Amino acid sequence: MDEFLNSKIFGIKWSRLLNSCGQTLYMVGWGLLIGTVLGLILALILVLTRKGGVLQGRLPRVLYLVVNTYVNVIRSVPFVILLVTIMPLTRLIMGTTIGSTAALVPLVLYISPYLARLLENSLLECSPGILEAAQAMGANIWQIIRYFLMPETLGSMVLALTTGAIGLLGASAMAGYVGGGGVGDLTLTYGYEKMNTPLMILTVVILVAFVQLIQFLGGAISGKLRAHR
Amino acid sequence: MIRITEASKTFHEKSTEVHALQNVTIHVQKGEIYGIVGFSGAGKSTLIRLVNRLETPDTGTVEVAGQNLSSLKGKKLSALRRKIGMVFQQFNLLDGKTVFHNVSLPLILEHRSPAEIEKRVAEVLAFVELSDKRDAYVSQLSGGQKQRVGIARALATNPEILLCDEATSALDPQTTESILKLLKRVNREMGITILLITHQMQVIQLICDRVAVMEKGRVVEEGPVLEVFGRPKEEVTKRFVRTVINDQVPETFYDTIRAESRHYRLEQLKFIGDTVNEPVIANLCRRPGLEVNIVGANISPLQGTIMSVFILQLIGETEALRSAEEYIDASGALRQRLMIDWESRNITEIPAGKERTDG
Ligand SMILES: Nc1ncnc2c1ncn2[C@@H]1O[C@H](COP(=O)(O)OP(=O)(O)OP(=O)(O)O)[C@@H](O)[C@H]1O
Ligand SMILES: [Mg+2]
Repeated sequence: MDEFLNSKIFGIKWSRLLNSCGQTLYMVGWGLLIGTVLGLILALILVLTRKGGVLQGRLPRVLYLVVNTYVNVIRSVPFVILLVTIMPLTRLIMGTTIGSTAALVPLVLYISPYLARLLENSLLECSPGILEAAQAMGANIWQIIRYFLMPETLGSMVLALTTGAIGLLGASAMAGYVGGGGVGDLTLTYGYEKMNTPLMILTVVILVAFVQLIQFLGGAISGKLRAHR
Repeated sequence: MIRITEASKTFHEKSTEVHALQNVTIHVQKGEIYGIVGFSGAGKSTLIRLVNRLETPDTGTVEVAGQNLSSLKGKKLSALRRKIGMVFQQFNLLDGKTVFHNVSLPLILEHRSPAEIEKRVAEVLAFVELSDKRDAYVSQLSGGQKQRVGIARALATNPEILLCDEATSALDPQTTESILKLLKRVNREMGITILLITHQMQVIQLICDRVAVMEKGRVVEEGPVLEVFGRPKEEVTKRFVRTVINDQVPETFYDTIRAESRHYRLEQLKFIGDTVNEPVIANLCRRPGLEVNIVGANISPLQGTIMSVFILQLIGETEALRSAEEYIDASGALRQRLMIDWESRNITEIPAGKERTDG
């Protein structure tokens, strides 16, 4: 095994390549997980407090305006710029700006509003009639979310997360370049800067394979969830 | 059971105002089936939604089972809503889930134990005759079956009141009839008070005890179904009644009627159930100096009894006609003199008070 890991492929060790893949998966995985939690909270606030939403009138309208503006503002900043602008914040939270874990801060900050918009669209697919039936049954807000809103839109939300994950993969390549590691870093520092074209092509193939895999998984899970509609 | 008093509601849409409800007062008694009929946009849905507080009135009060709703919030509101089942035109079921899951939802919300849920769902599914579809997905069901699931879901928590918002409007006539029969059973066998809204007069005709007619946010006519069908007062009501009970003279008879050169009057007679105990038309035929032509007839079921409408052309001298009218009025049949305007070929009813002796 060691022998294999120390052997080289296109000028770098296999261990190095696998390590980079691992870092990418780490950034995309955790980024997606934390980003989904935050994005879902934002999306729920947007959907429930919007005009005609279930909580309209029960929560102050500024909440909608604040979240909506936040999402719009962050989404209008290109990721590279966001990445460098918030470095002080990253250092404050993580103690460093180097490494895959530190890269999670800008990644999550970037992806959560993006996911919030995508998930908002998914949640809006729930027919108002279902929510009305839920209210008529006496469901409270948590029950409405848990038993009606989420199950009804889960399939669509998985597709939204699929799109989000692919966006995150792209962003992770950039985050990697400024210290996060990962396949993107490998491509740029070893492939591009050292003009190692075969390696560059290999990493591109790997990235394409990742995207295919994510898309396939997302499609399959969502298809399963929507099987009986 | 349900008492809505002087309720008004206005929606503000951009620059326009929609007066969805204007001073509406209705009172639904315990154990009855109360129907509200009106054309699209009359405010029916807004009215029914007041009852479970999906909508709040701008002014006026809503009382359900002796409880004023205006102050209800949170847990108390949820508790009230569990006593009120609701059935929708578009069913509003979770299509991707099984029948069992859908019907168990209101019980899950109440934190009932799985064993209890199992038992209750089986009971209500048996009641709506869908036991065999327990594990089917809602998306695989027909419209009528979906509505049965909707009704089962509404019944799961043993409500005292069932609200139906156009429960049969998305169904074909035959399925409509079977759903109406089911609603009638819900009312009779479970003792559940039903408030339903519809734009199909047939629904009112077949199952309602009392009816309110709505137009432009107001209740324009209200009363027991037999009374409203027998003597509709407002023009809208007459139009609705006419959709199920044909009380017109067939156009093809117009020329026959017109060809009559002797003195005649057109009279519409309505008989409801067994309120009339004598053979009125046969007796009319036997009256001296009077000739009777039947130019229109219709018999329809109405609330468990029968309503028949006859249109007669009575031919004779003024005095004979007058005494015939007196005889009909005394018999208990509902009589209405009609006139045909030969220009427009429209039939107009002559209100009882305005009958001139001659016609
Ligand atoms: N949430 C709302 N916002 C604005 N206008 C509304 C709202 N709900 C109802 N309206 C308006 O109020 C009026 C009455 O609506 P409602 O839904 O009560 O009528 P309806 O009798 O149930 O009609 P239909 O038979 O078409 O269901 C309509 O003009 C409608 O456009
Ligand atoms: Mg309506």
